[in-house]
Amino acid sequence: MRISEKFNELKKNNEGALVAYICAGDPTPEETKRYVVSLIRGGADIIELGMPFSDPVADGPTIQAGIERALNGGMTPDIYFKTTGALKVSTPLVVMTYYNLLFKRGLPKFVQDCKASGISGIIVPDLPAEESEELGALCRKHDVDLIFLVAPTTTETRMERILAQGTGFIYLVARLGVTGVRADVAGSTRELIERVKTTTPKAVGFGISNGKQAAEIIRAGADGVIVGSAFVDIIASRKDVEQRLEALARELKEGIRAAHIES
Amino acid sequence: MKQELRSTKFGKYGGQFVPEVLMPALEELTEQYEKYKDDPVFNEELNYYLRDFAGRPSPLYNAKRLSKEYGVKIYLKREDLVHGGAHKLNNTLGQALLTRYMGKKRIIAETGAGQHGTACAMAGAAFGIKTEVYMGAKDTVRQRMNVYRMELMGTRVIPVKSGSQTLKDAINEAMRDWVANVETTHYMIGSVVGPHPYPAMVRDFQSVIGKEVRTQMMEKEGRFPDSIVACTGGGSNAMGIFYPFVDDDVQLFAVEAGGSGLKTTDKEALHSATLCAGEEGVLHGAHTKILQNKYGQILESSSIAAGLDYAGVGPELAYLADIGRIKPCYSLDSEALEAFHDLCRLEGIIPALESSHAVAYVKKAAASGELGDVVVINISGRGDKDLETVLGMNK
Ligand SMILES: Cc1ncc(COP(=O)(O)O)c(C=O)c1O
Repeated sequence: MRISEKFNELKKNNEGALVAYICAGDPTPEETKRYVVSLIRGGADIIELGMPFSDPVADGPTIQAGIERALNGGMTPDIYFKTTGALKVSTPLVVMTYYNLLFKRGLPKFVQDCKASGISGIIVPDLPAEESEELGALCRKHDVDLIFLVAPTTTETRMERILAQGTGFIYLVARLGVTGVRADVAGSTRELIERVKTTTPKAVGFGISNGKQAAEIIRAGADGVIVGSAFVDIIASRKDVEQRLEALARELKEGIRAAHIES
Repeated sequence: MKQELRSTKFGKYGGQFVPEVLMPALEELTEQYEKYKDDPVFNEELNYYLRDFAGRPSPLYNAKRLSKEYGVKIYLKREDLVHGGAHKLNNTLGQALLTRYMGKKRIIAETGAGQHGTACAMAGAAFGIKTEVYMGAKDTVRQRMNVYRMELMGTRVIPVKSGSQTLKDAINEAMRDWVANVETTHYMIGSVVGPHPYPAMVRDFQSVIGKEVRTQMMEKEGRFPDSIVACTGGGSNAMGIFYPFVDDDVQLFAVEAGGSGLKTTDKEALHSATLCAGEEGVLHGAHTKILQNKYGQILESSSIAAGLDYAGVGPELAYLADIGRIKPCYSLDSEALEAFHDLCRLEGIIPALESSHAVAYVKKAAASGELGDVVVINISGRGDKDLETVLGMNK
């Protein structure tokens, strides 16, 4: 399913999207498949699957540890595409990884592999809009979305450039910093949502860990909520992982629904 | 051949491959650097610190006994005599001054051997700016005296326990810190690596080395050398001495760390010879040559010299190597160690193990005549920090 179809479907029901991140292969490819099913059962609308890279500069300690577990578990880009290809879920899948893995595989092959293994979108946190021309063209050719991040520090000029190139959804970085669970949701989020003027759906991520925060983000005007570290923390604990992933996804999704029904 | 600072690229290399949160900081840094780099007041102040604090100019010394032994006329550029014992201070004084001009209140940095960290600590103390340095946990053990030196000067050293616990992990961690604190903090990169404008900016601050060599060679020989030889990790001492000669008829040799040979496995390289044996890729914000496996995962590099132990190299060096303007080559751990002893014994100079790689290459290459008659070797640092390593190797 295309990401835009998913957002349209949710919009009809006056509902926001839950985008759930886990790292593929953390701790093994087989477990990842089961975890994806748990997340979808709990209510995740889009699954963002990290492809582990040895030097993940945009990720905080929690996700970095998940990436290390995945690499130690033997995850490679080849196994990644096999794993996603075997998932057979209708929920849109998005790959998040660093540019060197695309560069080394060759951009055309990487995009083709995404298309062939059922991946609808690509997020490359270390690829700025200025460097993304070639990848963008390949993504358009193969109907794969190229998703960009915007941050509170993003200037107006850059914002325009990014909004002109991003498809699927725009990934709003809620606050300065790298991924990780934080206690509160910053006021800069609301401001940022207002600054991002586009018809492309806006999903807000970085630091969201419970239903209450998810509701706040939706109330602030977002079309979706992205949650990663909180799920990866559950995987790290190795205790009742499947039930707890499902339960957290359900709590988050309920927060998202509650926010929309109120408004 | 020289690239305009305004371009973010050196040929196809370079660029700004960083998370979006950092892009405005890089834009600001580029703008501020462009504003001050030719500013007379800024440069007067920088020159004051380079002279009265760092002890520049550093001598160009004709090493007669080493020349005799190796069979070629050798001049040593004595960066080992710069305050702190390495060329690293040239860059940190420049960046610390820029930090002050930009009105930022905190400096962070990564360090491998601890040389750059020490140079940051010195500049941070001299300018009264709070300084915090990330250092691979493994390196804090290998180079514990440098950790202590930094702490003495009021710098907090943060050991990095992730990944291979060396330089590349320290860079990752420093970048994460910068992402979180970009509004108040300047990230002081220690070599000609990372996203634009760092490779160009660090090169410019280090170019004082090559500029001095030009004057000194004219005074001593009435001509430029036939060859300049410098060790290359990230490449800052090399670019610093090469850059002022890029448009001249002088051969430039970039000597990388060959470790125990140019072999790699799926996870690690037995060397750090990125220009000689690496492939194109994107690491730490730049498109350059890197050591990677078939999937693009970064390999753990290795070298007897902690300062050369890095899986990447400056993008401008990758460019200059591609167009044939510099010659990449390497020395093995064992060769560097031998050259280290040569210089100690024959000249009474204890070089850094990093710099010993450059000396070792001259030893190998002099006989073939490829270096010409007069060679300048950049002695990028002194070897006091390496004595424990050397002692361990000799046992
Ligand atoms: C003495 C010395 N030489 C060389 C290097 C390598 O760095 P670069 O290649 O940037 O000059 C280092 C790094 O720490 C060093 O301490």
